[in-house]
Amino acid sequence: MIATLLRVWSRSLRRDRVALAMTFILPIAFFSIFASVFGRQGFQATSRVRVLVVDENRSEASRSLIAALSREGGLRVMEQYRPHGAAKNAPEVPLDRARAEELVKSGEAPVALIVPAGFDTALSRMSGAVDLLEDPADPVAPQMVTGLLQKAVLTALPDRFAKLGFDMFQQYAGDFTPEQKHKLDAWLPQVRHYGSARDSAPANAAGTSGGGMSGFIQVRPAEVVGDRKENGMVSFYAAGMAVMFLLFSASAAGGSLLEELETGTLDRVLGSRLGMTRLLLGKWLYVMLLGSLQLTVMFLWGMFVFHLDLVHHIPGFVVMTLVTTAATAGFGMVLATACRTRAQLSSIATIIILCSSAIGGSMFPRFLMSESMQRIGLVTFNAWALDGFIKVFWRDAAIVQLLPQVGVLLAFATVFLIVSRLLARRWEAA
Amino acid sequence: MAVLRITDATRSFGSVAALRGVSLELHEGELLGLLGPNGAGKTTLIRAIAGRTRLDSGTIELFGRVLTGTGGRDALGVVPQEVALYPLLTAHENLAAFGSLHGLSGAELKQQVAWALEWTGLAERATALLKTFSGGMKRRLNIACGVLHKPKVVLLDEPTVGVDPQSRERIYDMLEILRKNGASLLLTTHHLEEVEAHCERVAIVDHGRIIAGGSVSELVASTVGVGRRVRVRVDRAPLAPLAGFEQDGEPTVLIGAVNDVVTGLPALLGRVAAAGLHVEDVDVRRPSLQSVFLHLTGKELRE
Repeated sequence: MIATLLRVWSRSLRRDRVALAMTFILPIAFFSIFASVFGRQGFQATSRVRVLVVDENRSEASRSLIAALSREGGLRVMEQYRPHGAAKNAPEVPLDRARAEELVKSGEAPVALIVPAGFDTALSRMSGAVDLLEDPADPVAPQMVTGLLQKAVLTALPDRFAKLGFDMFQQYAGDFTPEQKHKLDAWLPQVRHYGSARDSAPANAAGTSGGGMSGFIQVRPAEVVGDRKENGMVSFYAAGMAVMFLLFSASAAGGSLLEELETGTLDRVLGSRLGMTRLLLGKWLYVMLLGSLQLTVMFLWGMFVFHLDLVHHIPGFVVMTLVTTAATAGFGMVLATACRTRAQLSSIATIIILCSSAIGGSMFPRFLMSESMQRIGLVTFNAWALDGFIKVFWRDAAIVQLLPQVGVLLAFATVFLIVSRLLARRWEAA
Repeated sequence: MAVLRITDATRSFGSVAALRGVSLELHEGELLGLLGPNGAGKTTLIRAIAGRTRLDSGTIELFGRVLTGTGGRDALGVVPQEVALYPLLTAHENLAAFGSLHGLSGAELKQQVAWALEWTGLAERATALLKTFSGGMKRRLNIACGVLHKPKVVLLDEPTVGVDPQSRERIYDMLEILRKNGASLLLTTHHLEEVEAHCERVAIVDHGRIIAGGSVSELVASTVGVGRRVRVRVDRAPLAPLAGFEQDGEPTVLIGAVNDVVTGLPALLGRVAAAGLHVEDVDVRRPSLQSVFLHLTGKELRE
C-alpha cells in the first residue's frame, strides 16, 4: 500500500512540470546564489577596501607608511580623486582632509586615513597618531584598515622601531659602546630592507588584519556622518528585513488574487463596473499601504526597543517607504498575474525573494560583497531600497539626494504595473 | 418582447466547440429555464452574455442593443454558480461591497442593502460573517449580491445547486418577487421538477445547440406526446412481445401509454391478462420534462 502511495505521488509530481522543475532547480539556484554571495568567490574580491589617504606630514616616514599600505592586497589606497562630474580623462587632484571627509560622508569611500603634520616627529617619541574618518555604514572597513595600518607601520618602518628600542635601552641601561653604535647603524638599513621585502609578499588581508600588533601608532577614529550612529546596524537590518518581508507580503497579496480567481469572486468583481485596470490598481494600492504600515511598525519597534533614530529622519523615511512599497506591491501584482496557481506563485516567489534579498543585501551587507556582486545586486530593488534607507539613516541625506533610489524604485513600480496589466489580459473576457 | 436575444452564438475552446450557433430569446418578465447535460454549453452561454467569455461569432442584444466587449451591461445581473462572496465579511458588508462595485452609493446603496437583507431573510444575520452561514443562506446572499443594482435581466447559473428542498423553495420565492418587480430571469439548473414548477418556458441545450424550446406542455406534446405513461409489473416475463408495450430493462416490467386513462387503461391491462400474466403493480404517470429530456438527449440529467 505504501508503494501505491509512492507511485501516486511520484506520478503527480512528474505531471506537474513547474513543481518538478522547482524541486531540482530551487536548491541548485539557492546554492549557486549563496555560494557566490557568501562563499569564497564573493570574499576574495571583497577585501579590497577603498581607503582615501591624505598625507599632511609629507615625510619619509609618512610616505613609507602609505607605500606599505598601498602594497596591501586588501586595500585600494587612493591619494587622489577625480572631482564629481568631471570628464573621465580629467586629471585627478590630490585629496585634502576636508575633501576626504566629504567623500566618506557621501559614501564614496568607507574610510579615510589622515596622516597629520608632525607624524614622523611624534613617531620618534613613540606617540605617532593618525586620524581615521569612518563611515558607520561600513563597520568592517575601519577595523580592517586599522589592523593593516599597524602591520604596515611595523613592516614599513622597522628600523625606526628598532632605533626607538635602542634609545630606550640606552635611557635606562646606559649608552652603547662606540663599536656597538657603529654596528647598529650599519644594521638598521638592513632592517628597513628586510621589512620592505617581507611586506612585498602577497598579503592575506582577511587573515592578517590587526594581527594582534595594535598599538605601534595611535589611531584616532571619527565617524563623519554624525554621532547618533551607535545603533547603525539596527537601521540597516530593519530596512533589510523589512524589504524582504514586504516582498513576502506582496506575494501573499498576489496569492489572494489567485484565491479570488479560484472562488469566482474575481470573475464577479470583473463583471461589475470596476474593470481590470482599476482592480489591479486597487490591489496594488492596498498592498502598498499595507506594506507602508508594516515598515512603519517595524521602524517604530526599532525606535522604541533598539533606539533607532526615526524621529530625525521622518521625511526621508516616508519617501523611501512609499517608493519601496510601491515597487514591492508592483512585484506582487506581477507574480499574481504571471502564475497560474497559488502553488506556482509560492515556489516562484520564494526563489525570487530569497535570491534578490541575498544579492540585494537584505541578508548580508552589499559593501562586504565583491564589487562585481555589488554591481549585480543593483538589478534588485532590495539594493536600491537599502541604499536609500542607508542614505536616510546613516548619511542624513536630504530628500533630493534620494533621487536616484526614488527614480529607480518608481521605475520598477511602473514597469511591474504595466507588465501585470498585460499579463492580466488572460483574466478578461477569454 | 425579447429583452435578451442571442443569435447564432458560437465559441470554441481549442478543438472543443462549446457553442455551435445558439439562438435564444428571453421575453420580458418571464422565467426561462435553460436545461442541458454537463458540458452542453450552458455556462459558456451565461458567461458570454455576462461579458466574461468572448464569442467567436454571433450577437447578443440586450434591450435591442448589440453588446460588444465587456461593457454596456448595467441592466444585467449575474449570479454565478459558485458562492462568489468574501467569507471574512459579514452579509451586510458583502452586500455593500458588491452594491458599490455595481455603482450604488449613499442612500440608494443603504436602501438596497436593507431591501436585500429583508428579501433574503438574512436581516437578523446581517452582522454575522459569511463563513458562519449555512449553504442555503450563502446561496441566497449570492443571489442578492447579483441583483442589488436592480437589473432588468438576471442570469442565474444553477442558483439552487447543493441546497436542501426547503431552501430551494425559498430561493424560488425570492425569484418570484424579482419577477413581480419587473425582472426577466434566465436560469440554468439540473432540477427538472423545479423547471416544471416555476418556468414558463424551457430551452434544452445539448452539444452547444438549442435542440428544443417552448413551454413544458409544448415540449411534451412535440416529443414524447401527451399520453400517460403506464408501467406494469407482472409475475413473470412474457413469452412473446405484447402489443402496445415495450420492455424497460427488467423482463417483468412492461411500459405502455394511454391517452385516456379511463378508457385506455382497462384495455391495456386486458391484453396482459389475455397473455396469461398476473399484474402485480401498475403505475400511471403523466409525461414529464424528464421524459422529454431523455427523449431528446438520450441522457438522464444529473447534478
